[in-house]
Amino acid sequence: MNDAMLDVRDLRIGATAYPPGEPPREIEIVHGVSFTLEKGKVLGLIGESGAGKSTIGLAALGYGRGGVEITGGEVWVNGRDILKGGLRGLRQLRGAEVSYVAQSAAAAFNPAKRLMEQVTEAAIHHNRFSRSDAEARAVALFAKLGLPDPETFGNRYPHQVSGGQLQRAMTALALCPQPDLVVFDEPTTALDVTTQIDVLAAIKEAIRDTGVAALYITHDLAVVAQVSDDIMVLRDGDMVEYGSTDQIINSPQEDYTRALVSVRSIEHAEKPPTPDPVLRVWGITARYKGTPFDVLHDVSVDLHPGQTLAVVGESGSGKSTLARVITGLLPPRAGGIEFAGRTLSPALERRTREDLREVQMIYQMADVAMNPRQTVGTIIGRPLEFYFGMRGAEKRKRVKELLDEIEMGDGFIDRYPAELSGGQKQRVCIARALAAKPRMIICDEVTSALDPLVADGILKLLLDLQKIENVAYLFITHDLATVRAIADSIAVMHRGKVVRYGPKSQVLNPPFDDYTDLLLSSVPEMKLGWLEQVIAHRRMESAGN
Amino acid sequence: MNRIPFAAAVGLVFTALYFLAALFAPLLAPYGMAEVVGGVWEQSSSEHWLGTDNIGRDLLTRLIYGGRTTIFIATAATVLSFSTGAILGFLAAVLGGWADQLMSRTVDLLMSIPTLIFALVVLSVMPVTVPMLILVMGLLDSTRVYRLARAVAVDINVMDYVEAAKLRGERRGWIIFREILPNALSPLVAEMGLRFIFMVLFVSTLSFLGLGVQPPAADWGGIVKENKDGIVYGIPAALLPAVAIATLSISVNLVADWVLNRTTSLKGGRG
Repeated sequence: MNDAMLDVRDLRIGATAYPPGEPPREIEIVHGVSFTLEKGKVLGLIGESGAGKSTIGLAALGYGRGGVEITGGEVWVNGRDILKGGLRGLRQLRGAEVSYVAQSAAAAFNPAKRLMEQVTEAAIHHNRFSRSDAEARAVALFAKLGLPDPETFGNRYPHQVSGGQLQRAMTALALCPQPDLVVFDEPTTALDVTTQIDVLAAIKEAIRDTGVAALYITHDLAVVAQVSDDIMVLRDGDMVEYGSTDQIINSPQEDYTRALVSVRSIEHAEKPPTPDPVLRVWGITARYKGTPFDVLHDVSVDLHPGQTLAVVGESGSGKSTLARVITGLLPPRAGGIEFAGRTLSPALERRTREDLREVQMIYQMADVAMNPRQTVGTIIGRPLEFYFGMRGAEKRKRVKELLDEIEMGDGFIDRYPAELSGGQKQRVCIARALAAKPRMIICDEVTSALDPLVADGILKLLLDLQKIENVAYLFITHDLATVRAIADSIAVMHRGKVVRYGPKSQVLNPPFDDYTDLLLSSVPEMKLGWLEQVIAHRRMESAGN
Repeated sequence: MNRIPFAAAVGLVFTALYFLAALFAPLLAPYGMAEVVGGVWEQSSSEHWLGTDNIGRDLLTRLIYGGRTTIFIATAATVLSFSTGAILGFLAAVLGGWADQLMSRTVDLLMSIPTLIFALVVLSVMPVTVPMLILVMGLLDSTRVYRLARAVAVDINVMDYVEAAKLRGERRGWIIFREILPNALSPLVAEMGLRFIFMVLFVSTLSFLGLGVQPPAADWGGIVKENKDGIVYGIPAALLPAVAIATLSISVNLVADWVLNRTTSLKGGRG
């Protein structure tokens, strides 16, 4: 027996799979993973979706989610094998010695109870602290996590605080019973970058000050590099590489790790603006029906043929609304849209078929952007039929060509969307847009729902297709790394206004306005100590003001 | 296709039996439909397997022909109610705005009047013929289908793939029949089984009250009505159509449950 706080040995986890059209069968989703974690250390579990990182994290609590079962191995916490303790043993363990921070705090909190009651519940239930001590502890944690008015913060209900604050409250909840181990499951993934950095700094400080051991699960290597001491890279339930953070980031041994580290390193040379933009949006002001305020204020941008305009902003900045206005789904209150020299009608119903053909759209969630009851052939073939009147063999031939263009074979032509992976689905959506031979494609967060490596592949594909088809992209995203990789010009949006607009080199280089500076400096970088630098820099600046 | 569960298999067998009997009634029935072949309320015998009715017609023959009428009317009314209800419901969901309001409030108005009383009023002023019965039953029931279809379609209408079709410039017909209908089909098909049974009960009730199928044509409700006085004398003739209605209801419901189970577990996938 060593002095490790958490010792996972040859962990095996099984689940029941339900392949379509076949009887259910048992499969193994984690194949013998081992690691140890000492007190006060942070281990980052990283991998793409389906790698088993959350499953392993939950197994540290002795829990298998949704039909998942721990089929083999041992999980030692504080010197005893929790898998042998039975339900009673687990009940004593969870919430007292081991706690959990979920990805979506908004869904994890009970909206009907005050935060204080929920934050102190486990500590009181397990008799770790008396009620008054637990509440004092919670207030101290609120203060440590940088929450506003720590004394009264606990009196609020979950809906009365912001997403970032709620995620910090969740961290307070997990730390309140003074556990020995905390499992953080993608705690910052759902947050905007500018919020993420605050939460990340708060979590890191809280871990250091309370001296707990932590498992930090994420798909973002740059984030995990900031908080963890060691990193374990997982893929399809197997351990790929396990080492110190420094070693994984600076000298990765495995090809897969190297690919993860070098992701987002696409270089894209900026093209100069042309005199005739394909799309000119001027003075757009828009609001949703039945609401009293404008979501877009006087937005004007140009998109040049064969180039990419990235519209960047946090959630609620109005970037998706701009796409709705351009497509005609939301007629603006003021302003106009000029496309290829002609004025587009503000409302979708009054646009000609030619106008519709030339502006195509790709969505964030490829899952719901395709009719689940249509085959890939029908999905890609319909625009061909609709705009060009292609039928039969001619249509099928063109569909096959398009499938080749998106680097998928024609074997996919009779498949249904449910039989495709996330990246393949997005590729089919791209092919559907290309089928119309558009001059411009609106890409609404097309890579946000994808794993980094898959997203990289999609971005490369989009860039290649731009060269071949000379199509312009209006690329909506919150991810600045994506912007660097793909944009020719950039519009930064904040609260419905364009706060910065111009060629990429100009927008991404100083002098910055305050908001762009904040946004740019919040993007996690793949290097050690980045978080401390940024925080120190900001403290210095605010002290200087 | 997975194995059919036992309950569903039983349901399928009985449902098929009833429909086949209805289809081939003239071949199966031992006597003519309105032919008086024996005494009043005879016991079952080798000539009359189920005995005779209140004026001496063969009860088995009456039941087979009665099933034919009942099942035909119920099927036709179900088809009518589904085509009207589903199309109007989808249309309301796709159009939205005042068109949706107008249709939905009209349906609310219709639904606020008890269906049976509404049907009785209409049928007492209109000539009671089979097409009229089908029309009244189908249209009254379509309000329920409209509700379901609209609720399902409203959810589907906001999916990105429907928006993509709108952006492509597709007409309403394509959006309703090619984008929404295939995805709304599973709940509608399951509902169809249940509504069919309500139709059987509805037409039987109307006939029992004398405003449904008119004599001498046989139907299950009518047979109950004709023979109900026999119950006082211990003659079970009136109970036989009731047994037929009950077994058909249960077997169709078993099938509908199975369809429902199969389709709800395949959300978004293909069925």
